[in-house]
Amino acid sequence: MTAVRCVDLCKTYRQGDQDIKALDHLSMEVEEGGFVCLSSPSGGGKTTLLNAIGGLDKPDSGEVYIAGERIDNLSKGNLAELRLHRIGFVFQAFNLIPVLSARENVEFVMQVQGVPASERREKSLEILEEVGLEGLEDRLPSEMSGGQQQRVAVARAIVSNPALVLADEPTANLDSKTADGLIDLFKHLNEHHGTTFIIATHDQRVMAYAKRLVRMLDGRIVEEIDQNAA
Amino acid sequence: MINTLRILTMLAWRNLWRNHRRTLIMLGAVVIGVWAMIFMTALTMGMVNDMIEDSISALPGHVQVHHPDYLDDPNITNLLPLPEEAIADRFRSAGFLAWATRIKVPAVLSSERESRGVTLLGIDPQREEAMSFVDYSAVEGRFLEGPDDAGIVIGRKLAETLETELGKRVVLMSQDPDNDIADRGFRVVGLFSADVQAYEEQYVFAGKKTVQDLLRVGDRVTSIVVLGDDYRDVEPVFAKVSALVDDGVTVSRWMEIDTYLGTMLRVMDGFVLVWVIVIFLALSFGLVNTLVMAVFERVREIGLMLALGMKPSGILGQIVIESMMLLVTGLTIGNLLAWATIKPLESGIDISVVAEGMAMMGAASVLYPQLRFEDVILANTVVLILGFFASLSPAWRASRFQPIEAITRVN
Repeated sequence: MTAVRCVDLCKTYRQGDQDIKALDHLSMEVEEGGFVCLSSPSGGGKTTLLNAIGGLDKPDSGEVYIAGERIDNLSKGNLAELRLHRIGFVFQAFNLIPVLSARENVEFVMQVQGVPASERREKSLEILEEVGLEGLEDRLPSEMSGGQQQRVAVARAIVSNPALVLADEPTANLDSKTADGLIDLFKHLNEHHGTTFIIATHDQRVMAYAKRLVRMLDGRIVEEIDQNAA
Repeated sequence: MINTLRILTMLAWRNLWRNHRRTLIMLGAVVIGVWAMIFMTALTMGMVNDMIEDSISALPGHVQVHHPDYLDDPNITNLLPLPEEAIADRFRSAGFLAWATRIKVPAVLSSERESRGVTLLGIDPQREEAMSFVDYSAVEGRFLEGPDDAGIVIGRKLAETLETELGKRVVLMSQDPDNDIADRGFRVVGLFSADVQAYEEQYVFAGKKTVQDLLRVGDRVTSIVVLGDDYRDVEPVFAKVSALVDDGVTVSRWMEIDTYLGTMLRVMDGFVLVWVIVIFLALSFGLVNTLVMAVFERVREIGLMLALGMKPSGILGQIVIESMMLLVTGLTIGNLLAWATIKPLESGIDISVVAEGMAMMGAASVLYPQLRFEDVILANTVVLILGFFASLSPAWRASRFQPIEAITRVN
């Protein structure tokens, strides 16, 4: 079954007098349980592609399907529902809510989903332990290091077992030990829960694990490597 | 839904105290604004209440019964068609707070030096004590002792004008129903004082029976006056009185007899609303500015929440809840502060330094602030409802952010 399908996506940004083609007639499919790494030089279009797949940005033309459902024409409310229940996001910057503690940040999505408090608490403590943040549950983001904040963001993205996780440079601000732990966690989720991962990264360690590597340039896919086959 | 509301409430409360200095300044403005709304309203309503009760005590009563032509032409020919005894039979057991029959006609009072036009009140002093503007015990000399008292009680100011004094004789002149002059000498047995100086010059009191004899009207009167519990709620008394009298008479509420007073009450009620709204409008600039700043500072996290799946309505709700929390906290403190400052003043504020000006307005020289539940509710409701609408604009703007643009915005 196809988890994500992009058909002929185009997206152009205007920068000064210049039109920048972030996506240029891009088509792509990702199977359920896939682990895809997008790589490109800066400005190659990988973040734009992730945003289009996550319903955060609308393409100028083309179609995006998540689990067979077309999403590029959904309303804001329906897109919010889709992101809430089916997609986990890890953004490039840490993007935690500053007034919530680590545990509350992890619980945020579940709380909006309507998960009961006891279940939320149990799951969030479990996932925080899994990302190595045991004992830091009540710290505010301002009281944590960059790596710790990124692990909270990852924990938040995966705590409610979304079918699809979109991650933009998730290991960029992490030390190698933490990054390895994070990659192991992604692998575990991918292998044991069938979670589909699409990760934009330059990190060779992440790329080494990926089942499929997609290289982009100027908004187009220039190379695809199936690492399982290799 | 409840979960979302819980997280929105928590976020709103914590965000409110993120910039605690700004929040405290805004909170201070709300507290002072609410305090000013309630305190000034209490002073205004106290003054209005005082003026109206003084004026009603001069009418007196909340409901009156007259001959249909009496209010247009208050002379002795427009007597009530019912004899006194028949009126008493009907009103005695009706359970009014107080009621009385009286004669009220224009007259001329002359001393040996001066003459003045006055309003002659022929009364039964016992029946009118509860509703009169005259404090019988404070009268210099004595007040009337019964309906057949042969003396006359006049105001201090009138005594000064007529250059007469206690114990001296004066001549009262009016007309009988046949338009013949009716006059008689009275000894001044009492001088009364009134909060409103004009009353001291206008009204003179004589026994009702004595006046009936003077004007040759037998046992007839010009008015029935009835006192209710609350001058703002005269309808129950009006209905009861209307049921007791025949069709050939007119039953009037106090605001129909003194239309100026009725209009003033409505105007002052309206003024209170305008006052509350004006203060709120001043407050609303600060409120909207605070919310706009709060939204501007949190663009990225609002974008993040939208990206994580919070609906735009959730963002809107969060900003509105934040505004409501600020207002409810301000209202609570403002209400308590107003209560704490008004309560000690309820025994009266001496404004005798401006007594002359107040007297011209028909108000006394002691102001009794009146903290009314409905005025407090009005101020609170206006602040909450208008506050809600004022916060909608920044909240709406926040809810319309594009998630990805908001997340990537550099503050």
